[in-house]
Amino acid sequence: MRRASDMAAVAYALLIFGFIFLPVIVLAVFSFQGSQIPVPPFNGPSLKWYGAVLSDGRMLTAIGNSTLVALISSLVSTVLGFLAAYGFARHAVPGGGWLKGLIVAPLSVSYLIIGMGLLITFTRLGIPKSLFAVGLGHVVINLPLCFAIIYSQMGEHHANIERAARDLGASDVQVLTLITAPMLWPALFASFFLSMTFSWDEFIIAFLLTRFETTLPVEIWTLLRSGLSPKANAIGTVVFAISIVLVAVIELTVFRKRAR
Amino acid sequence: MRGRRLGPWPFIAPALAYTALFFAIPFVVMAVVSLWTLSGTALDMTPGFGNYIRFFTTESFFKAIRNSLEVTALVTIVSVVLAYPMAWILAEKVPVRWQRMALILAILPFWTSYVVRSYAWLLVLAEKGVINSWLMGLGLLNEPVQMANTRFATVLGFAHFFVMLLTLTIYANLKQLSPNYRRAAADLGANGIQTFIHVILPLTLPGIMVGAFLTFVLAIGDYITPQILGGSNELLMPQLIMLQILRKPDFPMASALSIILMIVVSIAYLACARWLKLERA
Repeated sequence: MRRASDMAAVAYALLIFGFIFLPVIVLAVFSFQGSQIPVPPFNGPSLKWYGAVLSDGRMLTAIGNSTLVALISSLVSTVLGFLAAYGFARHAVPGGGWLKGLIVAPLSVSYLIIGMGLLITFTRLGIPKSLFAVGLGHVVINLPLCFAIIYSQMGEHHANIERAARDLGASDVQVLTLITAPMLWPALFASFFLSMTFSWDEFIIAFLLTRFETTLPVEIWTLLRSGLSPKANAIGTVVFAISIVLVAVIELTVFRKRAR
Repeated sequence: MRGRRLGPWPFIAPALAYTALFFAIPFVVMAVVSLWTLSGTALDMTPGFGNYIRFFTTESFFKAIRNSLEVTALVTIVSVVLAYPMAWILAEKVPVRWQRMALILAILPFWTSYVVRSYAWLLVLAEKGVINSWLMGLGLLNEPVQMANTRFATVLGFAHFFVMLLTLTIYANLKQLSPNYRRAAADLGANGIQTFIHVILPLTLPGIMVGAFLTFVLAIGDYITPQILGGSNELLMPQLIMLQILRKPDFPMASALSIILMIVVSIAYLACARWLKLERA
């Protein structure tokens, strides 16, 4: 009886793992395809599609653009979120509940609608489509996330240490930069990293707000429009590999340390 | 000497101003624009509910919200039903020191690009794709079955993403339960199945509802998965919205459709919130 249920559990877990990994494995395997289309029969391995990606100037530019937009928008989101979290956690703010509600409100609205609102507003104001506009949009989606994460980590024990620093003559700015920020380092890092991944992978806002110079997900989308191609597999596999390395590094550095 | 305190406003003002400027104001602009109408190429700025009326009286438009609700409901149910046993197995059957590893493995494909993940399913489901090739190779099929560009493909693609997400949230939920509940149930003579149905399931229900709501909200607003996997045979709401600006830009209609989608999500939220409260009382 026990045996049977354990067997069923193992079988179910393997089935779900199979479901979860099937597309990723197919993606990676056919990135080494020798012929023109990434479907069976497999006739590789060949690295020519990776070569095609590396020699594609637009794709490399898009990777650079995505990285730039992700870095800057995440930095802005984290700083604004941190300041707001500090303000709300350490001061009584009249109407604080409503104001906090306003800051986290974008979390409940789909990216499509946020992007559409910005597109329509920018069009009416005559602001042209650009990477800068995408960055503005990415701060809208990531700021509430950063605020929520950092705010949830601001405990009372931190407030006491800040009070001690203030009693010793530290100014507000000194408290914030020398005391609060270092104490909240894991939360700040988590916010920044999460924002980075969301911004890096965000498609619809970037699609709506750029025209010629664009980000990686939009460039991949354009590539997909011309049908199935092992080149799309190759770029997809590269993105996956970069993410895995990043996740592994963070798992091994930040979270291992914090667990101890 | 005590440092002079600045008060809260210098700290919260930047975030508030940012959200007002780039979230609240665009939303108001969108609401205003949704009341305009585009006839031909002429923009009529007299406010009116023309776009909304057109939405509710045009079968092909109204169908999009129905499709969206059906697909999203199906996705939510399928994802919860698939993810719950998986989370339970990870929390209960896998040895504790392997759990973290198993969990990281179970959500690893999360880190592929979202666009690429949908495309990868296309490779699996396409007419000449992996599944059709296998089944025909095994002699189980004589000709390929159409799976890409169907509702089935959309649901499958969504389920793939949300099974990972829900496995994670339900697992966290199960791990938070005190083992005392289980012991108490066992002491009172309940067997495994009774304990699950009467103790574990009700205790994890609020967490499941949160996960299900998250799934609903994220899925109903997504353009990528239905566009890549479902194609244009039947349109979901985000596809209909994008169509308004991709062909000949009709911003008023796109705005009206966006507002309608937001209202639908808000209704779902209210329904869900009430239900959750009732459960807890």
